[in-house]
Amino acid sequence: MAPKHPSDTARPLMALLYDKTVRSIIYQVLVFGGVFFLGWYLVSNVQTNLDEQNIATGFGFLDREAAFGISESVISYSPQDNYGRALAVGILNTIKVSLTGIILATIIGTLIGIGLVSKNWLVRFIGKSYIDLFRNVPLLLQLFFWYALITNGLPGVRQALNPLPGTFLTNRGLYIPIPADNPAWFWVFIAFVVGIIGSFVLRRWSFKRLEATGQVFPHLSVGLGIIVGLPILTWLLFGAPVEMNVPALQGFNFKGGLNMSPEFFTLLLGLTVYTATYIAEVVRSGIQSVPKGQSEASTSLGLKPSWTMRLIILPQALRVIIPPLTNQYLNLTKNSSLAVAIGYPELVSISNTTMNQTGQAVEGVAIFMTVYLGISLLISVFMNWYNKRMALVER
Amino acid sequence: MLKKLTSTTAAAALSLTMVAGGVQAGDTVDAVKSQGYVKCGVNTSLPGFASSASGSWEGLDVDVCRAVAAAVFGDSEAVQYTPLTAAQRFTALQSGEIDMLSRVTTWTLTRDTSLGLNFAGVNYYDGQGFLVRKDLGVTSATQLDGAAVCVEPGTTTELNLADYFRANGMDFEPVVIENTTEVTAAFFSGRCDVYTTDRGGLASARMVSAENPDDYVVLPEVISKEPLGPVVRHGDDEWFDIVKWSLLAMVEAEEYGITSENVDDMLDSTNPGIQRFLGVTPGMGEALGVDEDWAYNIIKQVGNYGEAYDRNVTEKLGLDRGLNALWKDGGLMYAYPIR
Repeated sequence: MAPKHPSDTARPLMALLYDKTVRSIIYQVLVFGGVFFLGWYLVSNVQTNLDEQNIATGFGFLDREAAFGISESVISYSPQDNYGRALAVGILNTIKVSLTGIILATIIGTLIGIGLVSKNWLVRFIGKSYIDLFRNVPLLLQLFFWYALITNGLPGVRQALNPLPGTFLTNRGLYIPIPADNPAWFWVFIAFVVGIIGSFVLRRWSFKRLEATGQVFPHLSVGLGIIVGLPILTWLLFGAPVEMNVPALQGFNFKGGLNMSPEFFTLLLGLTVYTATYIAEVVRSGIQSVPKGQSEASTSLGLKPSWTMRLIILPQALRVIIPPLTNQYLNLTKNSSLAVAIGYPELVSISNTTMNQTGQAVEGVAIFMTVYLGISLLISVFMNWYNKRMALVER
Repeated sequence: MLKKLTSTTAAAALSLTMVAGGVQAGDTVDAVKSQGYVKCGVNTSLPGFASSASGSWEGLDVDVCRAVAAAVFGDSEAVQYTPLTAAQRFTALQSGEIDMLSRVTTWTLTRDTSLGLNFAGVNYYDGQGFLVRKDLGVTSATQLDGAAVCVEPGTTTELNLADYFRANGMDFEPVVIENTTEVTAAFFSGRCDVYTTDRGGLASARMVSAENPDDYVVLPEVISKEPLGPVVRHGDDEWFDIVKWSLLAMVEAEEYGITSENVDDMLDSTNPGIQRFLGVTPGMGEALGVDEDWAYNIIKQVGNYGEAYDRNVTEKLGLDRGLNALWKDGGLMYAYPIR
């Protein structure tokens, strides 16, 4: 409470009005009340309209049979399954394309971003042209372009291109052979995960050793060796199974192997190429934000150029890079909803179909809003955690 | 808690569109009259039914919009067309973005009940079929096991397709694209083996989008009943009546033999039924809440059902009347008495 002045006792009511704390409380109550009233008005309005038009409400429809087909799905799905499972298929498809897109866009974007600050004129020019071209054409247009290019440019199933044995490229997608079912592959995968964890542990240990003794341990190459070597060793232990599941023309389409559909590929390509332009600029600005003196100092200390980049420039640049990078990840995820136009069955596409078949528009929108919000929050929580880790530790 | 919270959020989002649309069930007629034109939802592009390729909208579905405008305003051009995809159409109608929907929409129980819609009649009796390339060598839909099938989402077609393949123990790979133009492009580029929709739509796609229509064949199987007709919002009987009887007037006129050519002469007809119909004897217009010459305006400006069918479907798509002939000629078109 503010100290009382003599005039306060004379006109207590006016004084209250001039009190900073009281005033801010009044404003907050007014704003909250306004928002609450608006919300209540909108909700009751919708309820009345839905009732008058005899539109059913509620989430009961999620248990009903969906009865429509979905072309690609991470989990098993058939038209007999219910709407809930159909939506789950959509969510997983969204995550699949977003996650792959984020990884690819980060790699391409970083490479181009580094190219933008290169001393080589040609490399700079190529990077700059790439960005100017793909950032300024709307993503939807790019999707239409890539999709038309694939469906019209590639041959039909019977005239499929056969660039490598067992691999087929058609306007129905890319078919590649995969290893045939064998218990070995499960253990190879486990070995791979163990390898990754092991290399992290190794990295920790090598840093500790560096601090304690000053001796350098080549943890990068040894770690990589573990990640690659352990699965190969496991594979050999299982008698090195080589049987493959090769796609073959059967009836209308290729059967077997792994298929990447034109819809998935188009969306992935569009999202990656488009978002990478923004990431490249983010990376460029991050690198340029590190004062030149830092690399000069590092060089004068006798560090190798690759060490300078990895240990001096990038850690400092990351602080500038991560927050806008988070935005690009969110954009990419949300842009995946443009897939409706080319028929990749992601969340919005399946929600739209569900809403159309059941008429539950309010519930459908609620579901996909919640899911997008959830995914976005997850990404930003993860990136914030990473940002904190990378932030400057002041002593 | 989460469930309640999210439905509230979405309700808020939807209510915004509803407030913007200014929907209050029951007064669509007043709204239409005060805005001076009918807001009619049509297909994005389906030659024969609704297409704007020639610069102005034309087609069998478009003629229903024009008939309603002629009945209400005496001017069949008093229509504002909104091209809609299959997935957009019902939300557009429910939220008040359009006054009526005339877009090859199948009359089903769930749509009539839980979607908050009313079907005002049938302007085209159709059934779902399959279009394939001739050189595929397929002669029956039962040979389509494992085929990639192009289909529009949010349609009865999509559901019938899954039902049909399931019933026959066959698999298919759906290629689901929202826009009619894009989905037919995907089919003709060879992305799918089969394009499925109502046979009217197949004929339209084949005649208009195929490089060489003779390379394609519609398979003999008709796997569903698709009564297509105009739709209005539930809860506004007055507007429902106007749309319903505008459509029936076109059929009634064909039965009486009244065409856009001879309608002026028919005003002198001594047939009491025709006199009532054309408003020479007043009463019908008043009952419907429009001018007495409402039916005259429809026939004069749009034509009777047979004229509309010949102009749009027979000429453009080469489809004969089939089920869409008058009941007298063995078809299903039957107008309820206008009296």
